[in-house]
Amino acid sequence: MTKQVRQLDRVVIRFAGDSGDGMQLTGDRFTSETAQLGNDISTLPNFPAEIRAPAGTLPGVSSFQVHFADYDILTPGDAPNVLVAMNPAALKANVGDLPRGAAIIVNTDEFTKRNLAKVGYTVSPLEDGSLEGYSVHPVGLTSMTVGALADHDVSKKDAERAKNMFALGLLSWMYSRPYESTITFLERKFAARPELVSANIAAFKAGWNFGETTEDFAVRYEVKPAKMPPGTYRNITGNAALALGIVASAVRSKLPVFLGAYPITPASDILHELSKHKRFGITTMQAEDEIAAIGATLGAAYGGALGITTTSGPGVALKGETISLAVALELPLVIVDVQRAGPSTGMPTKTEQADLNMALFGRHGEAPVAVIAPKSPSDCFHAIIEASRIALTHRTPVILLSDNYVANGSEPWLLPDVESLPDLTVEFATAPNGEDGTTFLPYLRDPETLARPWAIPGTAGLEHRIGGLEKADKTGDISYDPGNHDFMVRTRAARIEAIQVPDVEVEDPDGEARVLVLGWGSTYGPIGAACRALRQRGHSVAQAHLRHLAPMPGNLGEVLGSYDRVVIPEMNLGQLAHVIRARYLVDAIPYNKVRGLPFTAAELESMLEDVVKNG
Amino acid sequence: MAEPVAVKLTIKDFKSDQEVRWCPGCGDYAILAAVQSFMPELGIPRERIVFVSGIGCSSRFPYYMNTYGLHSIHGRAPAIATGLSVSRPDLSVWVVTGDGDALSIGGNHLIHALRRNVNLKILLFNNRIYGLTKGQYSPTSELGKITKSTPVGSADSPFNPLSLALGAEATFVARTIDSDRKHLQSVLRAAAEHEGSAFVEIYQNCNIFNDGAFDELKDAGTRDDYLIRLEHGQPITFGKDGQFCVVHPPGGFGLEVRETASVSPADIVVHDAGVAEPAYAFALSRLPGEDLRNTPIGVFRQVPRPSYDNLVHSQVEAAKAKATGTPEEQLAGLLTSGDTWTII
Repeated sequence: MTKQVRQLDRVVIRFAGDSGDGMQLTGDRFTSETAQLGNDISTLPNFPAEIRAPAGTLPGVSSFQVHFADYDILTPGDAPNVLVAMNPAALKANVGDLPRGAAIIVNTDEFTKRNLAKVGYTVSPLEDGSLEGYSVHPVGLTSMTVGALADHDVSKKDAERAKNMFALGLLSWMYSRPYESTITFLERKFAARPELVSANIAAFKAGWNFGETTEDFAVRYEVKPAKMPPGTYRNITGNAALALGIVASAVRSKLPVFLGAYPITPASDILHELSKHKRFGITTMQAEDEIAAIGATLGAAYGGALGITTTSGPGVALKGETISLAVALELPLVIVDVQRAGPSTGMPTKTEQADLNMALFGRHGEAPVAVIAPKSPSDCFHAIIEASRIALTHRTPVILLSDNYVANGSEPWLLPDVESLPDLTVEFATAPNGEDGTTFLPYLRDPETLARPWAIPGTAGLEHRIGGLEKADKTGDISYDPGNHDFMVRTRAARIEAIQVPDVEVEDPDGEARVLVLGWGSTYGPIGAACRALRQRGHSVAQAHLRHLAPMPGNLGEVLGSYDRVVIPEMNLGQLAHVIRARYLVDAIPYNKVRGLPFTAAELESMLEDVVKNG
Repeated sequence: MAEPVAVKLTIKDFKSDQEVRWCPGCGDYAILAAVQSFMPELGIPRERIVFVSGIGCSSRFPYYMNTYGLHSIHGRAPAIATGLSVSRPDLSVWVVTGDGDALSIGGNHLIHALRRNVNLKILLFNNRIYGLTKGQYSPTSELGKITKSTPVGSADSPFNPLSLALGAEATFVARTIDSDRKHLQSVLRAAAEHEGSAFVEIYQNCNIFNDGAFDELKDAGTRDDYLIRLEHGQPITFGKDGQFCVVHPPGGFGLEVRETASVSPADIVVHDAGVAEPAYAFALSRLPGEDLRNTPIGVFRQVPRPSYDNLVHSQVEAAKAKATGTPEEQLAGLLTSGDTWTII
């Protein structure tokens, strides 16, 4: 049977099921196939903190959304065109996000009386007419998978578990995805159990063939490759990009890297990844707590390593005292905060940008540090290299603010040429720097950067003592002198302000905009998508995005002053807006949501349209 | 582990230019002098020695040593020193801490450094009081201690630092006294030679807030009857005339003190610091009573176990040895690993 093939420019698919249904894996595989085809991609995994919530319940629903297009896209998409619902809970939890006309593929085998009751359906939504506005495809995913595997030497349980591959096969057929990478993946994943390799491949092919033969799916779709700059690409999550950026920092600085960490969601993957790359001179230490993690890292930095500690908000709170010590010691140190929804334990697997205040101000005393934030998954690679550069050059702690959205989301990444990466090499102090030629002054500063010498133990003639007590200028001896303290406090602030950061760039294509949208971190995609949509509808709007939050770009004041209105969308209650108002006396309009989810482009577009039209 | 090299240094080489600012009469002076005069024996150049401390009176120690020194934050010295030691196996890293620093605010880091067997020499100055904050009870103060923060007596039982260290399966555990320089230095010597964590408790007198806490162990009239001087391979007897001894009573779990005349010489325990099970050293650590009678000093336990530093370092070195190509080539290979696609 030959099916009709229809061209689309973009599609958003959401795979949703129980935590045990393998939806993250299914989404990952579909993404990988889509990357192979050359579409632009953006993904959004959304899963519960519980490892395995009770089966079939709403809290146990795990989903993975993938947006792919034949042009460059900035977000994982606001609303799915297709929902794959593996059970009633997945349908109930996600149907509210679907626009009318969306396709819903449901696994009818799971729509039992008991499962329906678990989520409060008294009548099956497949039968009560409530889904009339959608294009519903009822498919017995479980029974068809088990049927397809009847001849395979696997248990019923293993056969049922392969239903996600049946679903993947069906979707891969629907969207004409190349599936060779999935076959290779399955062969690798189940290498130790060949019977599962053949069962999963058979389930995948059964799903593909079902699409091809059933009357229920009359149309097959194609999304042509996107026009992207030439080069080699891979799909990458923020955490993976960050880990690779740390490896690159090791190579480009020629320093040993010490990574101290304590397991915490959503940062642990960085520790996992780096523990595999010891050959680059990377030592990873899973410490006894967050404080020890940064303490050991600082100790290694004192000894001449590039010290990096990775954590999330609660961990940064615990590390605060040691960050202050690093401020006083003026040693290089990178602190990665993969932000999650707080306060306290909050929602560990959901995203938020509410640690900006803590990064900027969350320490005792005047303890300024540099703060930077990546704007997308692949940008984590470059942002951590930039954080390493600042730390090493300026001998200061640097906080990098990632978040759960960029950490677990993914996008295609144009792989950089290693030689094009910044040179991060540093020089340790090797000889006395006092005027007499024999004295070593640990707090004598470079006149430009105000950084002090990095004199590591093992260097003869530079033996010196430093600590958290206030130090006299130049000598570093303990000092309680009032004038000296005032001088040192101001110098530590000046050190951060002396860091050279690039000017913020403004995207204002027609140069007519009167409204500027200012963002930072992971909101780049939704803000950018909203601005594009507005411009396509004839409105003028400018976008600027801050990578450097401390110090801020030198031209920021001028940029802010060039627009009538400045709007600042943030996934917090207005932390950047507060700083901008205080620092630049700009009456910025905050737009804030803290739902644990990224902004949708549509909500920003509607909010911005109102500001553009009405000021 | 920092290897000795032929350098001739003297006590003078280890004195920094900083004025020592402990209270006159503080036990810390004696410990500082003992450490400074012992250091040349190590045969390690000054630049490869690092003293790391936390917060408290004892933690000022690094400022007075003409080596590398890091005066850090309260309780965290073992963690900071761990990172330094692991990443710099060529250094000799010493931690100076106190009873509040190591056992209260920093208790977690101490036990984890010991269980990992990080190559640190940890000197815990135990004066059983908070000195720098002016006289609150510490985690080694006796139950019922009357201090500024406990006017009717403390209600919490003290830690026995050696029992704690042994519970964490420290591979080297010893005790000495500030006023006995010869003994102190003999313990430092043994600690310095040990690969892995060496935990040394030093009884130290705070003459301002807890004066005389260890007088019975120091006064000529009482010390011989109170102190048990442990010597590896020797039967454990003590007292002016050797009138007391340590035995392992049948059926009991621990060790007990008896009059030497009342037991058969064969029943007297012969001290063996190398017993693999920490239970023996633990039993020794339980001998002293509240009145300080039967206080063993010397090396309780000294057993071989690979240091954390060596294990971690060898993993990194093994991975490096297996790698081929320049770091840049390896990085390029890593970036392009996995599923990639090319757009022309």
